[in-house]
Amino acid sequence: MMPLLEKEKEEKTELADRIASSQIWRSIFRHGFDDTQRNRVLQMTAGFLLHTRPIKVWTHGIRLRYTWGAGGLTFLMFAVACITGVILMFYYRPVTEYAYADMKYLKFDIPFGMFMRNMHRWSAHAMVLLVLVHMLRVFLTGSYKKPREFNWVIGVCLLTLTLLLSFTGYLLPWDQLSMWAVTVGTNMARATPFLGHEGPFSEFVPFISPRYDARSLLLGGTIVAQGTLLRFYVLHCIVLPIFTIWFVMVHFYRIRKDGGISGPNKALEPPATPIAKETVEGSATPEPAAVKPTAEPKKEGEEPAQEQKQDCKDSEGRPE
Amino acid sequence: MTASSAHKQNADDKGQLPAKVFAWPGLLRIESLVALAAIIVLCVWSITIDAPLEEPANPAITPNPAKAPWYFLGLQELLVYFDPWIAGVVIPGLCVVGLMAIPYLDVNPKGNGYYTIKRRAFAISTFMFGFLGLWIIPIVIGVFFRGPGWNLFWPWEHWDIHKVVAQNNVNLGSLFGIKNYLAEAVFGSVFLAAWYVVPPLILYRRRYDQSPTLQAMGLTRFVITAFLFQSMMLVPLKIFARLVLHVKYFLVLPWFNV
Repeated sequence: MMPLLEKEKEEKTELADRIASSQIWRSIFRHGFDDTQRNRVLQMTAGFLLHTRPIKVWTHGIRLRYTWGAGGLTFLMFAVACITGVILMFYYRPVTEYAYADMKYLKFDIPFGMFMRNMHRWSAHAMVLLVLVHMLRVFLTGSYKKPREFNWVIGVCLLTLTLLLSFTGYLLPWDQLSMWAVTVGTNMARATPFLGHEGPFSEFVPFISPRYDARSLLLGGTIVAQGTLLRFYVLHCIVLPIFTIWFVMVHFYRIRKDGGISGPNKALEPPATPIAKETVEGSATPEPAAVKPTAEPKKEGEEPAQEQKQDCKDSEGRPE
Repeated sequence: MTASSAHKQNADDKGQLPAKVFAWPGLLRIESLVALAAIIVLCVWSITIDAPLEEPANPAITPNPAKAPWYFLGLQELLVYFDPWIAGVVIPGLCVVGLMAIPYLDVNPKGNGYYTIKRRAFAISTFMFGFLGLWIIPIVIGVFFRGPGWNLFWPWEHWDIHKVVAQNNVNLGSLFGIKNYLAEAVFGSVFLAAWYVVPPLILYRRRYDQSPTLQAMGLTRFVITAFLFQSMMLVPLKIFARLVLHVKYFLVLPWFNV
C-alpha cells in the first residue's frame, strides 16, 4: 500500500516539475518556488504587478496598528468600484427616458444586477470614509513632513477627486434622491464669486448670466436635466477615473521615492536632495559623521536623536 | 495577529526585529489578508443592504428636505450660517488649499513617523478640531438632525412640516445699536479686519523672541497660517454668534455679506 502511494506522489511531483520546467511556464514565470532570499527578490522583481512594490519593506511599515491599512483599502475600494462600474455600464444608458428604467431592469431582471449595484455604491461610500481615515492617520503620524510634503498634496487632490467621483455617480440612478441632491449640491456654484450669476462681483463680468456661468457649465443647462446626466456620466466614467488613476500612480510612486512608508527613524529617510545635503553637511559637526556608520541617521539639527528614541522603542533602525 | 506572526517569522535568534523584511511574504501576506477581509465585509454589506432607489426624478416635486450626499452635508449645514458663496465656494476652496499647505506651514520636525500628541500639540489639536468639529459633526447633524425646512429635529421626532422657528436675527452692527447702513458697514469691516489682524499680531509681537517655532516659521509662513487659522475659527465664531446672539451678518455690503 505504501509503495503505491509513494509512487503516486512521485508521479505527481514529477508532473508538477515537468510543468514548472516547461518552456511555456518558464517563459511566463521568471522565478522559482524555493524559499531563498534570491527567490524572494525575484518574486517581487520578475513580474509586472509586484515590481511596483519594494523588495524589502520597513518592519514598522507593515504593522496595521501603525498604518490602519486605510490607504491600501481605499485603493481596493476604488478597484472594486472600477470593476463593478464597468459591469454596470453594460446595462445603463445615460438618457433621462431610460436611466431610471435601467435601474429597475438591473434590480429585477439582470442576474446579480442588484448585487453589482450594491457593491458599486457601498464600495464608493467606503472609499470616501477610508480616504478620510487615511488622511487622519497620515496627519496623526506626521507623515506629511519632509520629505513627503508633495505626496500629501497629491493625497489632497485624491480626496477631492474621490468626492467628485462619488458626487457625479450620485446623479446617475436618476431618481428623486439623486436629482435633488445634485440640484442642492450644484446650486452652490450659482454663488461662485465672479463666475456664478448670483455670486458677488458677477455684475462686473459681462458675459455671466443664468444660462452662462459656473453652474450652467456643470449642468449643461439651467436645471438638472438631460445635459447634466450626460455630463456627469462622462465625468464619472471617463474623465475623473483617468485623473484618479493618474494621481494614484504618482501617489504610490512617490511613497517609494520618498523612502517607503514613514517611520520613526531618520535612518529610514532617503538621501537628502543635493541642495539640502549641502546645508546639512555644512551645519553638522564633522566628528559624528566620521565615527558613525553611513546608515546612521543624519540629524536635522533641531531634533536630538535621544528625543526620538523615547517614542519609538520598537524600531532602532539598525543597518541591515 | 498578522503583525505578530510576521514578527516571529522575521525575528532573529535574539528575538530582535530587523529594520527591513522581505516584501514577499511580509507585506504581501498582510495585504492580501486585509483585502480578503474587506471584500468579505463588502459582499456581506452588499447582500444585506440594498442601494437606495426612490421614485423617478421629477423636477415638479421638490422633496423637503432636499439633502446633498452625506459627505457634502457639512457644507450644506454651513449654509444655515453663511451665504452660499462662502459656504459653497470659499470654505471648501480654503479647505482644499489649506490642507495642501499644511506640510509647507508646519515647520516642527518632531513627530514624523510615529504617534505623538505632546510633541505637536498645536498641529494635532487644530487638525482634530477642524476634522471632527467642523467636518464630521456637521455631517452627523445634517444626516440625522435636519428635517423639513432644514429645521432641527431629533432622529425619533415626528417631522412636522409646519414647524415654526422664529428668525429674529439682526446684523452685528444693530446688536451694538448702530442703525445707519454706512456706519454698520464700517463697523463690520473693522470687526472682520480686527479678527484677522489683531490676535496674530499680538501673538507674533509678544511671543516671537521666546518662541523658536515662530522664528523657524518666518513671517510669510506665519501670515498664511494665521489667515487660514482665523478663517477656520471664523466658522465656529459665526455659529456661536448666530445661535447665542442671533447675529445674521457680521458685515453687510452692496456686493456681498459675511
